[in-house]
Amino acid sequence: MRKITLSKAVNEALAEEMRHDESVIILGEDVAEAGTPFKVLSGLVEEFGTDRVIDTPISEPGFMGIGVGAAMTGMRPVVDLMFGDFIFLIMDQLCNQAAKTHYMSGGKLNVPLVLRTNMGATRRSAAQHSQSLHAIVAHIPGLKVAMPSSAYEAKGLLKTAIRDDNPVVIFEDKLMYQDSAEVPEEEYSIPFGEACVKREGTDITLIGTSSMVQVCEKAAEMLQAVGISAEVIDPRTIVPLDEKTLVESAKKTGRVIVVDEGHQSFGVTSEIASRINEKAFYHLDAPTTRMGAMDVPIPFSPALEDITVPTPERVFEQAKKLVSGELIDAA
Amino acid sequence: MSNSKRKLSADEAMRMFRQMVRIRTFENNANQLYLSAKMPGLTHMYSGEEAVAVGICEALLPTDKITSTHRGHGHCVAKGADFKAMFCELLGKEEGYCRGKGGSMHIADQSNGNLGANAIVGGSMGIATGAALTSKLKKTGDVAVCFFGDGATAQGLMYEVMNMAALWNLPVIYACENNGYSEYTKTEEIAAGSITARAEAFGIESYQVDGQDVIAVNELSQKLVDRARKGEGPFFLELMTYRYHGHHVGDINREYYRAKDEEADWKENRDPIIRMRAWLVENGYATEEALDELHKEVTEDAENAVEYALNAPYPDVSEVDMHVYTDVKHVLA
Repeated sequence: MRKITLSKAVNEALAEEMRHDESVIILGEDVAEAGTPFKVLSGLVEEFGTDRVIDTPISEPGFMGIGVGAAMTGMRPVVDLMFGDFIFLIMDQLCNQAAKTHYMSGGKLNVPLVLRTNMGATRRSAAQHSQSLHAIVAHIPGLKVAMPSSAYEAKGLLKTAIRDDNPVVIFEDKLMYQDSAEVPEEEYSIPFGEACVKREGTDITLIGTSSMVQVCEKAAEMLQAVGISAEVIDPRTIVPLDEKTLVESAKKTGRVIVVDEGHQSFGVTSEIASRINEKAFYHLDAPTTRMGAMDVPIPFSPALEDITVPTPERVFEQAKKLVSGELIDAA
Repeated sequence: MSNSKRKLSADEAMRMFRQMVRIRTFENNANQLYLSAKMPGLTHMYSGEEAVAVGICEALLPTDKITSTHRGHGHCVAKGADFKAMFCELLGKEEGYCRGKGGSMHIADQSNGNLGANAIVGGSMGIATGAALTSKLKKTGDVAVCFFGDGATAQGLMYEVMNMAALWNLPVIYACENNGYSEYTKTEEIAAGSITARAEAFGIESYQVDGQDVIAVNELSQKLVDRARKGEGPFFLELMTYRYHGHHVGDINREYYRAKDEEADWKENRDPIIRMRAWLVENGYATEEALDELHKEVTEDAENAVEYALNAPYPDVSEVDMHVYTDVKHVLA
């Protein structure tokens, strides 16, 4: 099968959906001729024109609000938020408006909007361009949250998001835009709420989101070399969450580490670990363990930044401890 | 009252009068529901500002869109809503416009183009502008009107969306209802400079109009709505008006920020309904008796709707986790 980059996969998903449905538009900063700083959207304005690939001023709350209103009245906007950190600028429009409109109207109004943004540290971008803020969004009922772990997921999840009648936030890891993966030529989409078992195993379950799936897969390779069989699962969407697949795996292996790049406290790792403890407790041989980003603003210095996020080596060490019954190194 | 250049038809004139009376009557009943502890929560009265909502909405088609505010009952009525479903919503009943999930501050009536009241001051400015973007892209010809108060001019969102609306010539009309008070504070203490100049800075044609004169509001709105439909928008209106009640129904002892004499002056000398009533009689549109009869009809209609809503059922508790997502019947099940 052909391999394409995550960036190309996103671009293809948008182009296909824009050809399929004229109400799909893109709104955001430097989305047209510039194609975004990451060049993810290059070529789209040439095909679809500036009426559908709309450059906005640097006014995140403004264009997010316009996206919400357009979505409520018949468009399917894909709002491009250049960095995930800027979510804090649009919280009212995202969480008070988009998320609640369907509910507050008793089901009469819909907001079929996609917010495409990114996440991920270790790009030496410091504290305001490196955060992974998906947990904050996932906390708000009414929003769906997708976290692609490769080009394949990025395309399939984005196509599902665009066809969804609810507001969906997609977090792409900005360090993965140039990573290639096998992506079919033919059209496909990935349903929300269906986790993917990336690797089967029997001794321990590693649940990873976004780029942490790769971290878990690398850790699983290292574990295999020392005789430990690790299962790796990618939830793909955290809202809705495929709890069943995660709990079943926990019951099978009896040990779970949840790895996510958001801050560890009050985050995705805590939520998933809680659900596993509640629903698989009597099958567990060790405490379900969280591995998130350190609870510090992301530092600039490479020497500091690299230790803030989970690495294959640290997941490997933690997994070995869990399997051997040693005291774990929990934060 | 303004001397309209265009002769209003009897239908148009009487309809505007009736709609203003309907809003005032709705609010009087809502206030009573609050005072008699029959309404959950609280609400913000539109009384005194009727000419704004009616003058503008009578210039719109049912397919045109509006966004409304926490002080939104007037916009909702003016855009064509029904008393029963509105009172049901105020009381949290199943037959309310939003099945009781929104309440006073979130009434939406999409069948008449009302995209909803909004409890975040200035929160709907993006929504109205987005509705105008849809109109432009889909070439529907719809105009969007964004109602907001003078207090909302202090929100940054307004400047962001006016900038884009002006850049993209969107068919949106920003209707600033300047009632002189931003909650419990005089507008002059929260707004520096001129309000219309804010929009003019973006090259948006702006007007200040007497918001107590429904004919003046309507005449200007007709012109601007027509022009917006032709792609000449956006426009900005500052409508000088007054709220008779406090910021909300519980804001009763308010002399620390607003003098009783001032309230009495607006109510006695500038009331939009009294003024239009006199104008209708003077210009031969209706007799005093016919207008008394209209008042009586509207009063009965409202009383019946209140009675209906009081007796209407609450939503079943199973509805609590419905409508979180469009495609999930019960999200917590």
